[in-house]
Amino acid sequence: MELFTNQVLAGIATGAIYACMALAVVMIYQAIDHLNFAQGEMAMFSTFIAWQLMQWGVPYWGAFLLTLAFSFAGGIAIERLLFKPLAKAPILTNVAGFIALYAIINSFAGLIWDFTIKQFPTPFGSSPFLGSQLISTHQAGMIGVTMILLVLLFFFFRFTRIGLAMRAAAAMPESARLVGINTSWMIALGWGMAAAIGSIAGMMIAPVVFLEPNMMLGVLIYGFAAAVLGGLTSPFGAVVGGFLVGIFENLAGTYIPGIGNELKLPIALALIIVVLVVKPAGLFGRPIVKRV
Amino acid sequence: MTAMLNVRDLRAYYGQVQALHGLEFDLNEGSLTTLLGANGAGKTTTLRAICNMVRSTGSIEFEGKPLSGRSTENIVRLGIAHVPQGRGTFTTMTVEENLQLGAITRKDSAAIVSDIERMYDHFPVLKQRHTQQAGTLSGGEQQMLAVARALMLRPRLMLLDEPSFGLAPLIVRDLFRILSKINREDKVSILVVEQNAQLALELADKAYVIETGRIVMSGSASEIANNEDVRKSYLGY
Ligand SMILES: Nc1ncnc2c1ncn2[C@@H]1O[C@H](COP(=O)(O)OP(=O)(O)O)[C@@H](O)[C@H]1O
Ligand SMILES: [Mg+2]
Repeated sequence: MELFTNQVLAGIATGAIYACMALAVVMIYQAIDHLNFAQGEMAMFSTFIAWQLMQWGVPYWGAFLLTLAFSFAGGIAIERLLFKPLAKAPILTNVAGFIALYAIINSFAGLIWDFTIKQFPTPFGSSPFLGSQLISTHQAGMIGVTMILLVLLFFFFRFTRIGLAMRAAAAMPESARLVGINTSWMIALGWGMAAAIGSIAGMMIAPVVFLEPNMMLGVLIYGFAAAVLGGLTSPFGAVVGGFLVGIFENLAGTYIPGIGNELKLPIALALIIVVLVVKPAGLFGRPIVKRV
Repeated sequence: MTAMLNVRDLRAYYGQVQALHGLEFDLNEGSLTTLLGANGAGKTTTLRAICNMVRSTGSIEFEGKPLSGRSTENIVRLGIAHVPQGRGTFTTMTVEENLQLGAITRKDSAAIVSDIERMYDHFPVLKQRHTQQAGTLSGGEQQMLAVARALMLRPRLMLLDEPSFGLAPLIVRDLFRILSKINREDKVSILVVEQNAQLALELADKAYVIETGRIVMSGSASEIANNEDVRKSYLGY
């Protein structure tokens, strides 16, 4: 029983990262109906920016905020330059765009900062949390940050006019234009917010996995799994999905013989496929209705 | 005096298919004008062309400003509210959020609050259901909501695409009575396209008849209502 509790707690801790990543995935999916395969690389690049700022002597929280601002602007720029022109293009063209973006960001990061792993600091320290050996203060901080993010997003979408406009633009673009909403800018804003959220995920995970250009590969797949499980249209679902995937990953690694660390990724992929077959809208998503 | 809305030589296209063939009409400020036509005549396309939602050529001027080259949202911001065919309800949002979305371009938040109350006076059923998801409303209620949402813009001109479609006759009569009141009291000019000609002609001051993308007849609503051909084709007596 003790082992089980430990694994669930550890799963919640890693799940916080997936939850963060899934939030970013859902933000873009809401805006453009596509999964952004380059989301992880964008987060990685943002994390390098934070690292670089700290190398230059900027204190942690200053670097954190500057990175948020940079990522927000960068997300908007990517949408304006690359994906706005592709808005009416077929799905495959968009997928090609995401893959190109993935490759470009990955090699740029390698070029600028090379592929050796780097230490990334945590603002929460890494001592045992509340004297418990189960999770560290960093992991507790990560869970807290994810929760704060979710609450902020909830208030933003529920109680602000710009949040309302973004929801309207995502749900019914034509009607949104007819009430005067600039839907194209709402999409750009969604990209900016997703990039900023992704950068938080990157900065939270970097102290755990070390900073290097390929650090987000696995995380993004878990983020996708979390988003699909929770429902691609629900930020709340994305967070719940993130925690569930984290727990599931840890329990499977512990109790199913032969899974170990190598097989954890295929488990995430299998989870995506099972959810898509059994409950395509996810646990909390709106059922997808195709208009004819 | 030049008209509030001035449409000249309007041609509209869906891919290679031409749907409007040099359509021309005017709408005077304060008027309630109706555009009548059978299914497929080009009524919806005309309204969509005004809001730049379909590829078109020709000239459309609103209060002296050409609309060509403007995006849909910019045209709406000039004060043109469009209640589209199918109503365009934000089905996953509440009734009140729908009304707030109607006023999303406005900055005067105090006036928005009082306008929402005014809409609840016009349409009491919306007040009863203000926290309900708009998609769960009946067809008639959704049409009321669509009109209320459009009015939240405080438009100068309101475009309505077959508001009577799918509604019971009594509800249609109710709706048109409210439209006519809004037209008189709030000084909102209205262009309503309809297949259901009878009620529209009772309330409008001016009418046009559209056939296969062209205006084939125009005049005061009473002239059109008394026209032999119109009575045969659109009024059924
Ligand atoms: N999306 C579309 N694609 C191709 N043709 C269309 C489309 N929408 C309308 N049309 C054609 O344009 C013409 C006018 O249609 P419409 O404006 O919808 O008529 P109405 O609203 O008067 O019923 C019709 O011949 C119709 O078949
Ligand atoms: Mg029509």
